[in-house]
Amino acid sequence: MTDTAIISRDKTRRTAPTVLRKVWNHRLGRFGVTVLAIVILCAALADVISPYDPIAVDYEALLAPPSSAHWLGTDELGRDILSRILHGARVSVMIMTLAIGLAFVIGIPIGLASGYCGGWTDEIVMRIVDGLLAFPMMILALAIVAILGPSLANAILAIALVNMPGFARLARGQTLAVREADFILAARSSGLRQGRIVARHVWPAIRGNSIVYGSLKCSAALITESALSFLGLGAQPPTPTWGGMLSGAMQYWDAWWMSLGPGMAIFLTVLALNFLGDALRDALDARISH
Amino acid sequence: MRFLLKRLTQLSSVLLVMSLVVFSLTLLLPGDVTVTILGETASEAERAALREELGLNRPVIVQYVVWLGDVLRGDLGTSLKTGEPIADMLAARLPATVELTLLAVLVSLIVGVPLGVVAALNRNSWIDSAISALAMSSVAIPYFLFGILLIMLFSVTLRWLPPSGYVPFWVDPVGNLQTMIMPTLTLGLAQAALVTRQTRAALIGVMSQDFIRTARAKGASEGRVVALHALRHTMIAVLTVVSLQMGALIGGAVVTETIFSLPGLGRMVVDGTFERDFPVVQGAVLMVVVGVVSVNLLTDIGYLLLDRRIKS
Repeated sequence: MTDTAIISRDKTRRTAPTVLRKVWNHRLGRFGVTVLAIVILCAALADVISPYDPIAVDYEALLAPPSSAHWLGTDELGRDILSRILHGARVSVMIMTLAIGLAFVIGIPIGLASGYCGGWTDEIVMRIVDGLLAFPMMILALAIVAILGPSLANAILAIALVNMPGFARLARGQTLAVREADFILAARSSGLRQGRIVARHVWPAIRGNSIVYGSLKCSAALITESALSFLGLGAQPPTPTWGGMLSGAMQYWDAWWMSLGPGMAIFLTVLALNFLGDALRDALDARISH
Repeated sequence: MRFLLKRLTQLSSVLLVMSLVVFSLTLLLPGDVTVTILGETASEAERAALREELGLNRPVIVQYVVWLGDVLRGDLGTSLKTGEPIADMLAARLPATVELTLLAVLVSLIVGVPLGVVAALNRNSWIDSAISALAMSSVAIPYFLFGILLIMLFSVTLRWLPPSGYVPFWVDPVGNLQTMIMPTLTLGLAQAALVTRQTRAALIGVMSQDFIRTARAKGASEGRVVALHALRHTMIAVLTVVSLQMGALIGGAVVTETIFSLPGLGRMVVDGTFERDFPVVQGAVLMVVVGVVSVNLLTDIGYLLLDRRIKS
């Protein structure tokens, strides 16, 4: 990575509207933005647009295949699958915003401080981060849920915790590259306080890459959450989750529609997040891999 | 040698942090541990006795040192539910996970490397685009979704394979491989996508290097150039990805073992989680992490043997 690439900050090029336009004009970015917008709208308007109550049991329509009454069919309790997918989007959006948001706001400042201070602080913080990164994400998340007990809040906490070291590692590496740049030297020699230099000068220089990294991590978080829900360790019934719906579908193999809807929802959302991440990376000219 | 020494010091600090994390998992237990173990109904005297027995009255740092000492001697405690030593449980569960992981790596290489080579050699053609699109979409299919699709196809519709069940390899090799086909594909094909992307990128990089031009100039056929010269260098990059993906692979094995009811380490973590049998979770997590770290170390040593340029 060339240092100049991340250090040169051309303000006209990186304002939010320009970035959004670039993402929209990206070949796959448009697909990503559209699908994500639909998912977020579904989550926000689930109560309004759902044809049925997602947890209402209907013994008249158990395991009903897709029809005009139930577009995506019903599950073993006669609950409408479309309505459950729409409500399940809420959990997915919560994971993306809360878990990754939490990992971001804790991890990035740790990395910034560690990279900017250097010395022993940096050495110790990075050893801890390395140790945490050695854990397989899924295993550590499982262990945390095992201890705290299965619930949506604990799943969010677990996913935030396992993602945090990655953010710290990223911010620290970027900060090291920026720290020696001329404009930081200039800020230092003009007598600015350390905290102000980090907040006003270092952070803006590494912001783009951090956002790209965050967007790439969203898809991993979604997969981890649906895996936890699939194992029955995420949000607890009757709250509908895409992963939980899939694990319910495993009891009824002949009812293929039970896995089709939630499966497509997970697949399309993960794909959209990956595309959005790639588009953002190109738009912000960041050099970060998955 | 200095590289290895540096790597070993780094490793010891990683292991130290890991042991601290695994140990402190129990400190995170909400509420009184004795309630978790004995239930709500136990008397105060019984609780005090258990606290004494578990050493919970001692300072945390002493508890950690005692625990670490036990672990290093191979004593991981006993299951809260069955009283079985956890070391024995691990020994019983390890073969299925190791077999699943190794077979999955094998599948990912067998599928991923040829696809990556074809994509790289036909760069920017429709074949390349098709392979890239395939790789991108299979990365977006979570393991459990793919497993379900396989069961629907091979067990429900075609009725070729049993949806679950496990026999150890040394008891019934054919039956074992039959039950391992779907789990292996589930885990291996998702990895194959990453291997494809890595092979493509690495091979494109290698093909533009001087020694390839030299080989061509000497009159070697294109097939010979790729197979004998380029591929060797590409494989180093591919093996790095495989090694770095070990953690994700074992994380995927947890879910895969649950779908196909394989008695592996992953299933042990999940069962332990449901039963809130935290020594079991602790032991299994420790085993998995030590495994992942060892694979990464072996890869580094492998480099040292393969490529003598990595010395500093």
